[in-house]
Amino acid sequence: MNETNGSAPMIELEKTVKRFGTFTALHGIDATVQEGEFFSLLGPSGCGKTTLLRLIAGFENPTSGSIRIAGHDMRGIPANKRPTNMVFQSYAIFPHLNVAQNVGYGLKRRHLSRREMAREVGEALEMVDMAGYERRAAHELSGGQRQRVALARALVMRPKVVLLDEPLSALDKKLREQMQRELRDLQRSIGITFVLVTHDQEEALIMSDRIAVMFEGRIAQMATPEELYRRPASRRVASFIGVMNFLPARATGETQTGLVVQIESLGEVVLPSHTIPAGLRVDDIREVGIRPEMLTVIFDDAPGPRHSFEGQVSGNSYYGDMTYYDVVLPGSERTVTISMRNTANRAVVRPGNPVRVGWSAESILLFRQED
Amino acid sequence: MSTRAEAAQGLRLVSPTFLYVLVMLAAPLAMVAAFSFWTQDYLIIDRTPTLDNYRAALGEPIYRTLLLRSVAISLTVTVVTVLLAFPVAYFVAFRVKRQQALWLFLITVPFWTSYLLRVFLWKVILGYNGVLNATLMGMGFTDAPLTFLLYNANAVVITLAHAWAPFAILPIFVALARIDRSLLEAAEDLGDGPFRRFTRITLPLAMPGVVAATLIVLIPTMGDYITPRLVGGTEGLMIANMIQIQFGQANNAPLGAALAVTAMVVIGTISAGIFLIGKRLGGRLT
Repeated sequence: MNETNGSAPMIELEKTVKRFGTFTALHGIDATVQEGEFFSLLGPSGCGKTTLLRLIAGFENPTSGSIRIAGHDMRGIPANKRPTNMVFQSYAIFPHLNVAQNVGYGLKRRHLSRREMAREVGEALEMVDMAGYERRAAHELSGGQRQRVALARALVMRPKVVLLDEPLSALDKKLREQMQRELRDLQRSIGITFVLVTHDQEEALIMSDRIAVMFEGRIAQMATPEELYRRPASRRVASFIGVMNFLPARATGETQTGLVVQIESLGEVVLPSHTIPAGLRVDDIREVGIRPEMLTVIFDDAPGPRHSFEGQVSGNSYYGDMTYYDVVLPGSERTVTISMRNTANRAVVRPGNPVRVGWSAESILLFRQED
Repeated sequence: MSTRAEAAQGLRLVSPTFLYVLVMLAAPLAMVAAFSFWTQDYLIIDRTPTLDNYRAALGEPIYRTLLLRSVAISLTVTVVTVLLAFPVAYFVAFRVKRQQALWLFLITVPFWTSYLLRVFLWKVILGYNGVLNATLMGMGFTDAPLTFLLYNANAVVITLAHAWAPFAILPIFVALARIDRSLLEAAEDLGDGPFRRFTRITLPLAMPGVVAATLIVLIPTMGDYITPRLVGGTEGLMIANMIQIQFGQANNAPLGAALAVTAMVVIGTISAGIFLIGKRLGGRLT
């Protein structure tokens, strides 16, 4: 997305370090968020993603390093003077004000006429599908409505960047999925830069143009959702994003077309050169990864993929549209997870039955062992 | 459990308290109210209803002066106490990070000595040859002892403000401590500097605590009679002193009762007004 509109950098973080006493929350973050981008900070709790968001908002000051927003150094600029607005995890709706007063809160200083004010507030509420709720008291709003009001309150300020701190975590599953789509569509249509903090990898994948995966105060990988899922840079990213099967493996040689790798239970295979990440040391390969949907249970004798193995189903989980199988690998006690779409002519295989599983060399993933 | 059974259980739970309130508070109050319509001649109570006591209470200059002075003193005490209590409560709620319990404990230390002792201490501090005058003269700020310190309304205000400070600090502290910190960050994020944030968010949300503190200080100080008796001199006497005199030396319980009821109605009206204004401010101060 960011490459196609070829826009300028909106947020530039350079060697940003944050320490709280002896604890280092962020170890020198380098990242650039483009104008109009939907950028997510993804990681487990305590990885520093919220701290990074608070540094951008101006609620905390970096111990060292710099933060630039729209080309301006933010050193010494307090939160109330920054071109950013935040949607808080708790929404922080002012309990003593109604919806219109909440949304218009930040406009008070702009000395608008009563009519202009009402129009701005009305437009913002319309954007989040809350038109007509102006007179509602804060305590009369549901969780989803509070979330929308918090978003309208940020958008009405026409900020350069909207910061969202786990804005959907308090909503139930259905509403959360609906809000994910709405939020992304809204962001695309107004073109304001969004920075989202989340621990939910699915949410990050669905909404973002780019994702920075963080562990322990460092960015482990920064990439588009597709790249992150298809080419995780390290073992930790691979296991954090989606489901991944890990199999012991080692490199045994090289050919003109690729790398020869010996994988436990699957045998020797030539991995095409273009699937090997740059900078990966061949001697360091100890494991390979394969996604559950890249393994296929072969139901008939139709010509399948080039490689296959015979395994035994040890368990299954039926999801309606999908079935997840645990399959024991031949000559080992290790199991892999396989996901299969349930089409009309496929029966669910019961545990204890043997299955033939197909796979291809292109779907074998290589990555660093450490971050 | 049905709602009726729950209601019955609720009633059983509150009944001891209810009984206590009935016997110790409602009954004496009714007695006072009844007395205020009677007349007393030495030891004989004449139970013919009359409004003469109220005519005296509201008409005679001495009672009116005392009543107005009581209102003025208790309002002044309240304003001074709440204004001084707010920064302390604010400091403990927002600035003290780890030892809030210790701070709250220290605030209650004055209660370890009897109220009478504390009043006498203020006499020692404010007196003609007191600590304050000695210090001022010793440091050369004044040549002669200041006489406006003790035995007047000022002394009453100072003593009461000190005595009631903890009662004002605690409710304000509770209100401030309950404010969600993200609300303050949201206000800052939306462009407010510290001052605007205080007037638009902190103060309105602290209003319930401020109103509680105001009423907790205002109502009892209005009826206080120990403090004015000990440090108030003649100019510092309040309505409660007169009520006491009427019930005692003057032997006119009905007039005393009428004065008491009048004072109660006045303070009740003022309290209701403060409550309503506070409610409004809590919602509208933007």
